[in-house]
Amino acid sequence: MLLQKKTTRRKFLLGSVMALPVSAVIMKGFTAAQAAEMAAPELSDYKPVFFSADEWQFIMAAADRLIPAGGKGKAPGALETNVPVFIDQQMHGEFGEEIYMQGPFNVHAPATMGYQLPYRPQQIYKIGIRLANSWCQQNHQKAFHELSEKDKDDALTQLQKNGIKFADMGEESLLASQFFSELLSDTKHGYLADPIYGGNKGMKAWIAIGFPGARASYTEWVKQHNIPYPLGPVSLAGARA
Amino acid sequence: MAQVTKEEVDVVVVGLGWAGSLMSIELAMAGLKVRALERGGDRGYEEFAYPKPADEYAYAVRNKVMATPAEAAVTVRYNMSETALPTRKWGAFAPGTGVGGSGLHWTAVLIRPTPTDLKLKTYADQAYKPGILQEDMRIMDFPFTWDEIEPYYTKFEHICGQSGKTGNLRGKIMEGGDPFEGPRSEPFPLPALEDTLNSSMFADVAKKMGYHPFPNPSACVSRAWTNPYGNQIAPCNYCGYCSKYPCLNYSKASPQTAVMDALKRMENFSYEVHANVLKVVLHDDKKTAKGVIYMDAQGNECFQPAKIVVLSSFQFCNVRLMLLSGIGKPYNPITEEGVVGRNYAFLSNGGSTLFFKDKNFNPFATAGATGQMINDISPGNYDGPGLGFIGGAKIHSSQATGTPISTALPKGTPSWGTGWKEGMEDWYGHSMKISITTTCQSYRDIYLDLDPNYKDEYGMPLLRMTFDWKQNELKLQQYLKGIVGNITKELNPDSYSESFLPMDAHFDLTKYVSTHNVGGAVMGDNPKTSALNKYLQSWDVHNVFVPGGNAFPQNFQANPTDTIGAITLMAAQAIKDHYLKNPGPLVQV
Repeated sequence: MLLQKKTTRRKFLLGSVMALPVSAVIMKGFTAAQAAEMAAPELSDYKPVFFSADEWQFIMAAADRLIPAGGKGKAPGALETNVPVFIDQQMHGEFGEEIYMQGPFNVHAPATMGYQLPYRPQQIYKIGIRLANSWCQQNHQKAFHELSEKDKDDALTQLQKNGIKFADMGEESLLASQFFSELLSDTKHGYLADPIYGGNKGMKAWIAIGFPGARASYTEWVKQHNIPYPLGPVSLAGARA
Repeated sequence: MAQVTKEEVDVVVVGLGWAGSLMSIELAMAGLKVRALERGGDRGYEEFAYPKPADEYAYAVRNKVMATPAEAAVTVRYNMSETALPTRKWGAFAPGTGVGGSGLHWTAVLIRPTPTDLKLKTYADQAYKPGILQEDMRIMDFPFTWDEIEPYYTKFEHICGQSGKTGNLRGKIMEGGDPFEGPRSEPFPLPALEDTLNSSMFADVAKKMGYHPFPNPSACVSRAWTNPYGNQIAPCNYCGYCSKYPCLNYSKASPQTAVMDALKRMENFSYEVHANVLKVVLHDDKKTAKGVIYMDAQGNECFQPAKIVVLSSFQFCNVRLMLLSGIGKPYNPITEEGVVGRNYAFLSNGGSTLFFKDKNFNPFATAGATGQMINDISPGNYDGPGLGFIGGAKIHSSQATGTPISTALPKGTPSWGTGWKEGMEDWYGHSMKISITTTCQSYRDIYLDLDPNYKDEYGMPLLRMTFDWKQNELKLQQYLKGIVGNITKELNPDSYSESFLPMDAHFDLTKYVSTHNVGGAVMGDNPKTSALNKYLQSWDVHNVFVPGGNAFPQNFQANPTDTIGAITLMAAQAIKDHYLKNPGPLVQV
């Protein structure tokens, strides 16, 4: 199991808790939401299966800036919700195998013609992280994850706007903005997808925006207009928050 | 030669979506031995039990029940002088695969075109002075009368359990329905779905402005329904997972719920999945087919002999199979000779997203077809000739999904960082849309053929689309922008954003529009301009029938499924009543 980690005392306790019916969980002093959150691994304990150690530092640092903690609302950040775990798990799986990959490739086609890269997403990440880090080294003498928050945000903005010229660094096909776009959409997916995929830990992103998850039955509610729905989310695995 | 030859059947059906399942059951009920071949896997409803489909990431992002581009890509170019490129990822459209096909994940808006939509060429010739419409436009009439096709709409709507409000019952206009709809022989089988907040707001304002709103006709059934095949469809519970999702509540009519349950019980019907049909094999005189060649799940090349071949795969797959098999002459856009590939059309959408701080839309409490629409801007119902273009749109406020990844954010919201996160928290559940779904005309140089460069996993050429927006469609978009803008202002949101095609727009493959691709093997009265007669029978190879969206000579503003169902049922009836007794061309010219 990819999401397993070495057994800690907490994990051991949690394992026995999760085997019990929900009512018993609450009797033990946990709410279902607390149990669901605890069932997800601690990000600091997680060993990436796809990313190398250097790449993982980039992903952690980038996710933290794309969806930061704090702010005026109650919405958590990407690291609090295990978004990097989601990205790592997706890259490790069959992600991208659906893409039609026969050549020839025309990477200079208009953007309206859609995805024309000769790479699957896994390669986009490997190339993108290497070049982004190399740009940071050239400009700041540090890897991306070592930059200040302001410099990280600036580097991400340069990636998004093609201010970092991958072509000048020897990459003929991939634009910085294409790498950024993959990274950003995967980060958002990890934040907002069901926790079954490793992110959205404790369904905290759903709680913050008011999405009830997989409840999927609103016969009475469809007729009640302009009244906030009162219940918290449930997940595909049956956890409630 | 094929390695494995199967036992001959009366009918081989290629593709088990709506068209294939309807043909299968109708012909099996007539006593024929029917065998269906489906490229994708089996999709029984057991795999869609609650809560499995309640998964936005799997179904809406990763397209879990669509064909993958790796197995079903087409190539696209804007004009005849360009090199087409493959759809490496889906964007503007995403066809289904497997048992149920695109009928498994559809939004279930089940609406008829108007009588004028079906006789668009006749209307254009009567209403437009010569020179107003583009010279390269190639619109045609559907080759049947309203009275001929109406019973088959009714039949298909009973198979689905259509829910909605009747607008025209045998010529009498009914309050609250669509006054522009063609006369119905029977009222809607079931009452309309409930209105969500956005639907009510839209309907109130539209009515006040003099339009004629009516509930979206729906195949997400509003009440328990037992259809003519004896299948039971349960009432919709507004679960919020509809468009792109299989139904977790057995409420959205699909080939599975409406047809396959009964069909699978018939002893003279069988089907094979992961059976990828590569070619229809013709007799030497090219006037009849003798069967199909397919690759089975084990990689064997199989020959399935059959007396009748039904091509009922997705629109562009049907056209491609005809081209690969030599059924009908390929279309040449220079000489305009040939029929297979001509009159391809897609459609456009667009609209306005309205943000209201103080309104809770509860967007997750919805069915795919939830909404209200107006049909006032459809051909013949407004001054198209005075405006210099033909076509129209259904204008609607629907709420097909309310899942978080698809959340709309106001203009100016940052795409990442604290601002994005706060935007999500502030605006999720506080927006509604006013949308357009437009017509799309057919043109001389908008067509389908085989791509010279890109191939599928079997080394066969991909289908190539030559498609871009024409001035007629862009003028229509600009006109609709004004109308939607006026409705938007009347609704008075805190802010709004708009999306309409500018006059210099090119077809954008990156943004999902719909999977209403039509044409390419169209039905008509004239074998020089149509590949199929009105019974969807190939003019050239009389035991090949090709039901599907491929038969539409242009695209109307109504969603295509109702018409695909109706023309398929009409063709099945003609096969039963006439073709079996006297195999040969059903229409003489």
